Amino acid sequence: MNVFQPLRLTCLALAVGFTCLPCLAADRIDFTRDIRPILSDNCFQCHGPDVTKRKGDLRLDTREGLFRKSGGGTPVVPGKLADSELHLRLTTDDESLRMPPPKSGKTLTPQQIELVRKWIEQGADYSGHWAFTPPKRPVPPDVRSLAWVRNPLDRFVVDRLEKEGLQPAGEADRVTLIRRLSLDLLGLPPTIAEVDAFVSDTSPYAYDNLVRRLLASAHYGERWGRLWLDAARYADSDGFEKDKSRSVWAYRDWVIDSLNKDLPYDQFLVEQLAGDLLPGATQSQRVATGFLRNSMINEEGGVDPEQFRMEAMFDRMDAIGKSMLGLTIQCAQCHNHKYDPFTQEDYYKIFAFLNNDHEASIAVYTATELQRRADIFRQIADLEQKLRHDHPDWKEKLAAWENIVKGNQTAWEIVRPELDASGGQKHYVLEDGSILAAGYAPTKHTTEFTITTKSPKVAALRLELLNDPNLPLGGPGRSIDGLFALTEFKATAAPADKPEQKTELKFVNATADVNPADAPLAPIFYDKTDKRRVTGPLEYALDGKDETAWSIDIGPGRSNVPRNAVFPLQTALENPAGWIITYRLTQNHGGWNSDDNQNNNLGRFRLSLTSADKATADTVPAALRAILAIPADQRSVAQTNALFSHFRTTVAEWQPTNEQVEALWKQHPPGASQLALVARDLPRDTRMLERGDFLKPGRPIGAGVPAFLNPLPAGAPANRLTFARWLTSREAPTVARSMVNRVWQTYFGQGIVSTSEDLGSQSDAPSHPELLDWLTVELMDRGWSLKELHRLIVTSATYRQSSRVSPELAARDPQNRLLARGPRFRVEAEIVRDSALAASGLLTDKVGGPSVFPPAPDFLFQPPASYGPKTWKEEQGENRYRRALYTFRFRSVPYPALQAFDAPNGDYSCVRRTRSNTPLQALTGLNEPLFMECARALAQRTLREGGDNDADRIAFAFRACVSRAPSERERQILLGLLQKEAARFGTPEAKPWELAANDPANPPALPAGATPAQAAAWTALSRVLLNLDEAISKE
Amino acid sequence: MSESEEFETLRMRLSRRMFLGRGCGLPLGATALAGLLARSRASLADRGPAGSPLAPLLPHFPATARRVIFLTQSGGPSQLELFDEKPGLETWAGQELPDSVRQGQRLTTMTASQKQLIMPSRTKFERCGQSGATIGEWLPHMKRVADDLCFIKSMYTDQINHGPAMTQFLTGNQIPGRPTAGSWVSYGLGSENRDLPDYLVLISKMQRPSDQPLYDHYWGSGFLPSRYQGVKLRNAREPVLYLRDPEGLSRELRRGMLDGLAELNDLRYEESGDPEILTRVRQYEMAFRMQTSVPELIDLRDETEATFELYGPDSRRPGSYAANCILARRLAERGVRFIQLFHPDWDHHSRLTSWCTARCRDTDQATSALITDLKRRGLLDDTLVIWGGEFGRGVAGQGNWDSPEAGRDHHPRCYTIWMAGGGIRPGMTYGATDDFSYNVAEGAMHVRDLHATVLHLLGIDHERLSYRLQGLDFRLTGVEPAQVVSQILS
Repeated sequence: MNVFQPLRLTCLALAVGFTCLPCLAADRIDFTRDIRPILSDNCFQCHGPDVTKRKGDLRLDTREGLFRKSGGGTPVVPGKLADSELHLRLTTDDESLRMPPPKSGKTLTPQQIELVRKWIEQGADYSGHWAFTPPKRPVPPDVRSLAWVRNPLDRFVVDRLEKEGLQPAGEADRVTLIRRLSLDLLGLPPTIAEVDAFVSDTSPYAYDNLVRRLLASAHYGERWGRLWLDAARYADSDGFEKDKSRSVWAYRDWVIDSLNKDLPYDQFLVEQLAGDLLPGATQSQRVATGFLRNSMINEEGGVDPEQFRMEAMFDRMDAIGKSMLGLTIQCAQCHNHKYDPFTQEDYYKIFAFLNNDHEASIAVYTATELQRRADIFRQIADLEQKLRHDHPDWKEKLAAWENIVKGNQTAWEIVRPELDASGGQKHYVLEDGSILAAGYAPTKHTTEFTITTKSPKVAALRLELLNDPNLPLGGPGRSIDGLFALTEFKATAAPADKPEQKTELKFVNATADVNPADAPLAPIFYDKTDKRRVTGPLEYALDGKDETAWSIDIGPGRSNVPRNAVFPLQTALENPAGWIITYRLTQNHGGWNSDDNQNNNLGRFRLSLTSADKATADTVPAALRAILAIPADQRSVAQTNALFSHFRTTVAEWQPTNEQVEALWKQHPPGASQLALVARDLPRDTRMLERGDFLKPGRPIGAGVPAFLNPLPAGAPANRLTFARWLTSREAPTVARSMVNRVWQTYFGQGIVSTSEDLGSQSDAPSHPELLDWLTVELMDRGWSLKELHRLIVTSATYRQSSRVSPELAARDPQNRLLARGPRFRVEAEIVRDSALAASGLLTDKVGGPSVFPPAPDFLFQPPASYGPKTWKEEQGENRYRRALYTFRFRSVPYPALQAFDAPNGDYSCVRRTRSNTPLQALTGLNEPLFMECARALAQRTLREGGDNDADRIAFAFRACVSRAPSERERQILLGLLQKEAARFGTPEAKPWELAANDPANPPALPAGATPAQAAAWTALSRVLLNLDEAISKE
Repeated sequence: MSESEEFETLRMRLSRRMFLGRGCGLPLGATALAGLLARSRASLADRGPAGSPLAPLLPHFPATARRVIFLTQSGGPSQLELFDEKPGLETWAGQELPDSVRQGQRLTTMTASQKQLIMPSRTKFERCGQSGATIGEWLPHMKRVADDLCFIKSMYTDQINHGPAMTQFLTGNQIPGRPTAGSWVSYGLGSENRDLPDYLVLISKMQRPSDQPLYDHYWGSGFLPSRYQGVKLRNAREPVLYLRDPEGLSRELRRGMLDGLAELNDLRYEESGDPEILTRVRQYEMAFRMQTSVPELIDLRDETEATFELYGPDSRRPGSYAANCILARRLAERGVRFIQLFHPDWDHHSRLTSWCTARCRDTDQATSALITDLKRRGLLDDTLVIWGGEFGRGVAGQGNWDSPEAGRDHHPRCYTIWMAGGGIRPGMTYGATDDFSYNVAEGAMHVRDLHATVLHLLGIDHERLSYRLQGLDFRLTGVEPAQVVSQILS
């Protein structure tokens, strides 16, 4: 008896699930499809790749292991069942010999044993795991239903159907097709006009033209970008306890733009992994590395920053595994993979490629802003060029200035402090003696650093502020702009031999290389006091006032540079035994909430002292000092120009030009910031971590790739770019396949391999293996163009089938894996929201920009729902009705209307959403405020545009929601509802505006002749229409 | 419309198309609805688990608990002050913790740089009840129910920071993304009350802002379908999000809308044949029922004065822990499967005496009252109550050990929880720690052992409750060995 006869599946089979589809037409047993999963599930744990767990020195995951004599017998002897130890062990009555052993908790079903028997009898044809062999283009099969086939893709599908004795479904009607295409390609329903135009388009190219129009729409990038953002675990906040907001929307926009311009998929991956390392990397390519930075960050008080850097590294590995490699690799973080040949060593070899970066944030500008910047820089260059032209002796003047400044430096002793342990902020002393602040950032605090110097004389102290790639915009401060405010600088000194004789130091004639004018503190630093808090010149850090602070902020574009301040002592300290000096840095100019991005702290700084009298701050930036060290005739033009730019500011008679330049800088756009990677000069030492514990480093390990995958390009440096090139090689067996599979999953509800996050040996067998390979080769041959892949799929007959399903087919193939019909399922969370906005006419279709704050319950952003109070300033303008993908995503407070419909919250890479069907969705659809606003707007729109009688209006509103016209029966039901409701709201005691207006005190203007009762009845009816299963489903 | 009428309507709608017209080609949604119909005919007494895909396979063996009330104390309550008496510490006061005891235990960066000086317990202990359980003086009410409780002094975890530790305590894994115990139970056993979700979460409304966040993933369904996620009741006017009808929408109007909606959806089902449409109709009906059942649930006007007195004065403040304890009992009475309370702010790095006593005052009387109340109503027999947090606290003082400002840092290696009812042996203490309450001395019970034991009480073999994802069979208890601690079963 053939035990795999789903044709005879009955109701009973439904109760136990429908799992044996892959073996449907399986007369011939296929090792990869039928046998390997059985061995993998039941045997590999003890007889697989993990050498530490291997029993009896037997492995069944390799050809050698299966067919070579081992111990007393040979596991598999092709064609000879009685000689095959494997089959004997599976079937013996002797409990002590039978496999798998009872304590493993695993058993084979009789059907599985039957498969093994057949396979051995048929000759035990063996092949390795299919997904680890690079795809080759299969020949599309010959099929009988040639008339149905629209492109080669269909041959693979219908071939399978013919073998199953099934017919493909007929083509869906035109309205269904345009709705399906619009939802799939744009994530938006078509407008009524678009439907009418398509339905009446008699051109044979109507469908192709429609596909072309949709693929060219900017909304295409939004729809497909959102799915990539799931895989990229995109969110606008850090996650964990404080879950502070972060600025990463530039990455989100990069994804949208890249898809819209159809950046080839291999390049799309390369830029995200190593855009910064590409020759002449553009801003956009640097932004792309934000992919790797989308990991969560924990700034809980007790956290070791290195632990969470490692957690972020593990997360990056996981994200690369799921979203790009299509392999689940996180098991190997702690141990050899139990099922795949992926070892723990393989894991840390890849890890070593990714472990050599700074966690940076870079300034980013929109295209307009970039243009503006270029204009400003050109104008400044022109002004400077004019100066040089007007003053032919500028070179001599410059040389004279050089002679002065070259020799005007004081000798400083850099001092390394004992680290302060009092505050919550962590400090690390770097090699150059500077101090880097990290971790929790209190908004108001004082840090003390105590040093001991042998110098018998101390005449001045110095504070240098330095850049660091790990600070916001490179620092030198920790505020969101990489700046800081120093409220007070103080110091005490005691003789080294009499530490108890501490005295407060007094400073005179302190100088800094920047002294901004008095300016009120920015609103983000509001501290709930009514004090006028200001920043300004250095004297503000010495005036003893808590309201004033020294700042280095001279406007956007040029403030994130090193600075220094020098504090000469009123009376020099003199003691032969040296001095103990405590520097005290008060930083009280942050905001009220330390759990938000409100700190205004120093980021990286260095302390030093000198015995020289009359020391002053060096006004020549360190970068220029480096140029000065180069002989004048060996400098590049750019270097000379840089020197000149600084020099001109010191020339009094050039004041008018200097002021013009200053005015230009004032026009510099503020820009935004974006988390990105910046490669370190020296790679880190990567080690295997015992059980993945960062406190248990093992032996060092170099960058490399697993042996069972394609080899690394020869002779390439061990960096991220090489890794990215390896990953996107045509020989990489899983990378293109996994993307093709996910695209397929999005169209049909599930992938050709249903486990889309893992194509490894534990994956489900592909339903159409040859189709997957054919599409994959097509993708690569068509220049990795995703739009071409989409075009190929949506123009197929397979895609264009009607989704109507007979009870027989639903019973036989409930998940539609055979594709004997078109897809039908509830759309993703964002499309649920966007469809309602679109139907009601409220949708703002602006693409890109900072994330927005649509209505949400206030309490979500206050404790205890949130750790600290979060800012959620509800949008009132057009941003209230933006597409859902622009909704600000706090990881710890997922937006409830999207969460209810299974939007992932970005904690981890997600390449397959769940698709639930819950009562909370019903409550959201019925009562959530923005959905209510959509119902009201649809009601008003219907009264305005829907015609002058109820039958026309019903048709209009119905079509706005589900695209098709209502049937007569549907029209009657809706008319009945409308009339009942109109009667209810028409009574004298009724208060129709309570339902029909967002603000009943300020009802909207209605079209002539429409009554508030009508508006209310139509609001109720719109509520019904927007909640139709069909309104949130793709058919 | 009454329940039976409503079901009659559903049955009629369905029977027309499926029971007669479509033979055995029953789609899944229809199967589920048929299950609902079958249940509506069953008596209250014999209503069994339903709504779970595993219902036919579960329980694996007879259960002693039918439901769980999990009193989650978030932040790490100090076992040294509350339960784990160590009188010998007095002689060690102010001395450095011996390395032989510490054995390289990692500290949080909050105390890693300070000396580990021993701080003896800030409380006096008493031996309580017949069982002689040791309970600190800050929990006077708990002493009265000591003989109903089973103390586990040998709990331990792998995590030292709150987020990862609480995530592990609830899901078995430190990384968010796995289903919680409540989701697993809901997935495995389904519901006994079709008017309420299987898994409900109640969070204390604190008098002052809380220190520790309570993330959605603490009651998330992880990779399980989201219908198994905990439904969080708000501690405010609107207990379920978007439960209230908008202003101006009467109940009749809503019913009429839903009837129209159902009729239209039915038509679409006839057209397309997609069973998900029927599930959606069902969920709209559940939503409609919740609009009534949830307000009825949280309306405490039918509770007696004596009950409020039993639970203490705070029980009159909506959203308080005490009020949530009353709600927990009401949910247990209504057959909700998994009821989880969260009380935050047990994280006492400083001012241990004043802050920890404050948390005890929040919770002590109501916790004790809940046990008493369940017992007198005969509910304790088949309701498992769990009290505990994500880790304990260390023996060393944080800050100056002998100052009132001192607190204790996190400690994962040993801590105390207790369980009661539902087949747990009452009046016993299981496991012990060393003289410093620093290491487990006997009966070590890992978080996954706790999970295995809880599932066992519910009639579930933890090794057989699994979900296939990414080619792996995921379980609450993970891949490391986990044991049912049979010594604490009655």
